[in-house]
Amino acid sequence: MVQDLNIFIPAKFKRKDMKLKKNIAVSESGFIFDPSTGESFSMNNIGTEIVEYLKQDKSFEEIKKSMLEKYEVDSTSFEKYYYDFINSLQQLKLIVDE
Amino acid sequence: MNKININLAVTGLNNTDNPGPGIPVIRAIRESGSFNVRVIGLAYETLEPGIYMTDMVDKVYMVPYPSEGSEALIQRLEYINSVENIDVLIPNFDAELFTFMKSAQKLEEMGIKTFLPTLKQFEERHKSNLPEFGKRYNLHVPKSSPVLDRKDIGEIRKEYEYPVMVKGKFYDAYIAYNEEQVKMHFNKISAKWGLPVIIQEFIKGTEVNVVALGDGKGNTIGAVPMRKQYITDKGKAWGGISLDAPDMLDLTHHIISATKWRGGMELELIRTEDDKLYVIEINPRIPAWVYLAVGAGQNLPEALVKLALGKEVKPYKSFDVGKMFVRYSYDMIVDLEKFEQISTKGEI
Repeated sequence: MVQDLNIFIPAKFKRKDMKLKKNIAVSESGFIFDPSTGESFSMNNIGTEIVEYLKQDKSFEEIKKSMLEKYEVDSTSFEKYYYDFINSLQQLKLIVDE
Repeated sequence: MNKININLAVTGLNNTDNPGPGIPVIRAIRESGSFNVRVIGLAYETLEPGIYMTDMVDKVYMVPYPSEGSEALIQRLEYINSVENIDVLIPNFDAELFTFMKSAQKLEEMGIKTFLPTLKQFEERHKSNLPEFGKRYNLHVPKSSPVLDRKDIGEIRKEYEYPVMVKGKFYDAYIAYNEEQVKMHFNKISAKWGLPVIIQEFIKGTEVNVVALGDGKGNTIGAVPMRKQYITDKGKAWGGISLDAPDMLDLTHHIISATKWRGGMELELIRTEDDKLYVIEINPRIPAWVYLAVGAGQNLPEALVKLALGKEVKPYKSFDVGKMFVRYSYDMIVDLEKFEQISTKGEI
């Protein structure tokens, strides 16, 4: 079953830059496929956007700047949501520590 | 390219919810560009669906169960061969392999070629011999013990922590959380597959599999790793996906090279949370999901037939990652006459 990977849940704070695992495939529709495990996930638009930034090796500060410009969200809330999302990606072994 | 004319005999036509590899093997060989093939199906039961798949098999013969002994099987094959002139035989059941391996010389004399593991390879990878196999070839394997007597089940808790896996020597595997459940599975499995029943340490993780082909000289002709995406209540893959897993391929190459594996092989592995790969079973034949490998670019049944014919086969170097198979069931309409014919005459 394809698991949903959305970015809504409250989060723990953690400040470090993360990198998407090298061979992860991400489609424009927000479908992630991890070819080493065969697992696949689907993300909402914001999740897809963040993963795209991670693929481009953007830092947290750069991602935050882009997202704050684009969406009506304050810095603290964004950080909270962002790191929760990152934690989910980490638990699913989709990203590695910088 | 000139196609080779071959008469190919195949078992495992039971394309059921516990599928044999026969039909996928036939499909792969029919789609190969190398052969003009006449397929002779060998069936044990009259309701094996492959018997009635006329686009897959040209002729089907009933053969005696392996439990009736190799003499009965050889006699039947002598008759079939006198009519069909079989070039290559691919057995697909664990339970029949021993009989076919023991009869390989006799088959050769009849002009029938096979490409099977040696008896040593077959024996040493048995579930009950897995701990020694792991030690010999430096592999992670679960602790396993053969149980020959129901009254020894009480001893399990001295050596194992529950849950444990309870496995038949050829097929079937159940998880048991206590002694009562072990006894229940022991009875069921021993009645079906005989003894020993194997108790195996439960390894927590994700099950992943590899289909591979060894040339008998230590070379891996092809290998495709897969993860089951949909598993039936019999534990069979109903959907799966090819993986980019270099560590699984390294492990496969290591096993094939160290054992000089000859023939098809399915590795059943558990990937633990800390990314260790445990070998839980080595099946000495092509698995029923082999068509995924064909779809991903490695026609392993075709390569196996070429090896059986003594042809040189270049190892496959790559395959498509992220190819999926999704199995389905399909109702064939069969005339009673056909069922009557296979039931009474033993051939159709």
